[in-house]
Amino acid sequence: MTAERRELLSGNEALAHAALACGVHLGTGYPGTPSTEILETLAAIGGKAQWAPNEKVAMEVALGVAYGNGRALVTMKHVGLNVAADPLFSAAYTGVSGALVVAVADDPGMASSQNEQDTRRYAIAAGVPVLEPSDPQEAHDFFFRAVELSEQFGTPVIVRLTTRVSHSKGSVELRPAGPPPRSPHFERNIAARVLIPAYARPAHRRLRQRLKEIAQWNETSGLNLVLTGTSDLGIIASGVAALHAREAAPQTRLLKLGMSYPLPVQTVKEFVRGVKRCVVIEEGDPVIEELCLTHGIPVEGKPEEDRFGELSVSRVRRILNGDCPPPPPPASTRPPQLCPGCPHRMVFEALRDLGCIVAGDIGCYTLGVLPPFEAMDTCTCMGASIGVGLGLRHVLPPDQARRVVSVIGDSTFVHSGLTGIVEMMYNPPPGGHVVLILDNRTTAMTGLQDHPATGRTLSGQPTHELSLEGVCRAIGVEDVTVFEEHSNKESFRALLREKLSQAKPCVIIVRRECLLAMRRRKQESLAAQQERVTCQPSE
Amino acid sequence: MSTERVTNIVVAGVGGQGVLRATDVIAETAFLAGYDVKKTEVHGMSQRGGGVVSDVRFGPRVLSPMVPDGEADFLLVLEPTQLEPNRHRLKPDGVIIGCDRINVASLTHPKTLNVALLGVLSQYLDLSCELWCDALRRCFPPHLYSVNEEAFELGRQADGKACRRE
Ligand SMILES: Cc1ncc(C[n+]2csc(CCOP(=O)(O)OP(=O)(O)O)c2C)c(N)n1
Ligand code: SF4
Repeated sequence: MTAERRELLSGNEALAHAALACGVHLGTGYPGTPSTEILETLAAIGGKAQWAPNEKVAMEVALGVAYGNGRALVTMKHVGLNVAADPLFSAAYTGVSGALVVAVADDPGMASSQNEQDTRRYAIAAGVPVLEPSDPQEAHDFFFRAVELSEQFGTPVIVRLTTRVSHSKGSVELRPAGPPPRSPHFERNIAARVLIPAYARPAHRRLRQRLKEIAQWNETSGLNLVLTGTSDLGIIASGVAALHAREAAPQTRLLKLGMSYPLPVQTVKEFVRGVKRCVVIEEGDPVIEELCLTHGIPVEGKPEEDRFGELSVSRVRRILNGDCPPPPPPASTRPPQLCPGCPHRMVFEALRDLGCIVAGDIGCYTLGVLPPFEAMDTCTCMGASIGVGLGLRHVLPPDQARRVVSVIGDSTFVHSGLTGIVEMMYNPPPGGHVVLILDNRTTAMTGLQDHPATGRTLSGQPTHELSLEGVCRAIGVEDVTVFEEHSNKESFRALLREKLSQAKPCVIIVRRECLLAMRRRKQESLAAQQERVTCQPSE
Repeated sequence: MSTERVTNIVVAGVGGQGVLRATDVIAETAFLAGYDVKKTEVHGMSQRGGGVVSDVRFGPRVLSPMVPDGEADFLLVLEPTQLEPNRHRLKPDGVIIGCDRINVASLTHPKTLNVALLGVLSQYLDLSCELWCDALRRCFPPHLYSVNEEAFELGRQADGKACRRE
């Protein structure tokens, strides 16, 4: 008998432990709060985990692993799935031979995101099952089930986490390692894996048939639980909302859906038949509610107001009592600021003082939008700064167009800025353009992850270092300047002025390490030194 | 386990003050005591200065990880500006533990304020001093342990109680 191990873990950590226990061959993804720690933990506990340049590449690498009969985990935040949607939709058609588990972390309430999109919409649109753990224990347990489901039906499986599941800690009983995965090997199956129309048409039919079978499997999967209670009212809930609901109404009968799509229709019908009325409590979009209504199951949803933000015990109490939503809570606490001495500061002071129109991007530097800088005019999604800047350059009258600058971080540039530079050289605006790459040598916003241009892997090992100036020149930008004299504000302004006045496409790379990254690097080398000292054989 | 009901604690401060470390220590202590524990927080950005709030709950069985508004037994406030935005978390007879509870000037290191307030909190909770120290040992690297233990002791003594007497 293996001894049971109990540990206090976050949902992300618990999922990583499950991935290790399942013998996942490769974990890949792109950082994004609140999903980032899954791969960091997997690497720390001895699994193989790596950062991809973006989520689409991560999904494709994971898909390759699963085509090769291996077990793959791919992680991202909810908006990352927008980037990875293309391979996901097709992977649902091709199916996989190994396991492909996609852990996606939603952020209801937008603690650190630009929107509140609901990943379950993608699951339905792509035709991929979705599991919704409610706490760290379930993040652990459901991962095992996701691998099983993926291998049994040859389908990608989404595990939908939310901020409160990913980042909450709880006691977790760690399961012993499951049966080892099959050894990876390639079996040719052209008709399944090559989506030319002739092969894709039957693949679509196979997908729909598979979803029916999975729905049937879900009826007895054990992932959906009925918690006892009175029958005047029934609650259907999923994820952390199910815990809020149980706490808000401990005496009320509750159907907790661990796998909301494909919906276990018979289970839900039976539950609803057994209660006088039934309310669906779910965080985000009314996905379960709509699925129920589509199947003719009479349920009530939550008020439109409760589509916004996170649910909580008090909010669920209010929904159950049918009270009107209270006014929004008091404005939240102090907003973050760029660290004192952050290298981004000098850049935004200059952009402000030179009156630039700034097509911005996502990262620490987005804080350039706040006082004292207020030097950012657009920020939509990762990589958009370059395209949006070019569009503005094309359409604005010349006196405005020549003040447009695109500002993008190093990690974001590698993620989705490269094709923007290709566009800049292919369709240059008549007045040229200025792209500023803020190269602080890290992905700071999400907690200092490495990326291809830092030359270090997820586990800190040296690897090929992508040269930002080299790649811009290779794409055809002749005018690439690397600016490194940070103490010299004036010379940066002079450089920016000069580039804005010359009507041609150019790139300025502002290179200066993030303060926190520098501090961490120094601590690490200090620790390594100490280790070397203490490891000296004693005399 | 003596406590039947769930104990709810909220810790508020700003980035860099060790709010999350503080709730880690509380969670670890309660975990070592054999309670069901949940702790949650909103974090995400590396930059300094943003408000950070973290909740810990422990008891025989904890459901939601978030302390419902108006149900916190304790509110620890590491930075005075964070009191008002979080006051609504506290239950009517809940206890506020702020920096005024200790002599901040006598901390060896200002960064250990979080742990000093845990010392104050520990006076109200039925968790042994040994467990708190075990938890500190698990939550801090060895070279930071003693300065934190010292801070804990300072808070624990704030109103006369101490771990090590005589
Ligand atoms: C599609 C997508 N993936 C991930 C994220 C999370 N995220 C936001 S900004 C960012 C990268 C920030 O790094 P960088 O561009 O180097 O700027 P820095 O924070 O270092 O200033 C990440 C990973 C996101 N918002 N969207
Ligand atoms: S974490 Fe780094 S990049 Fe972000 S604000 Fe601080 S110094 Fe600047």
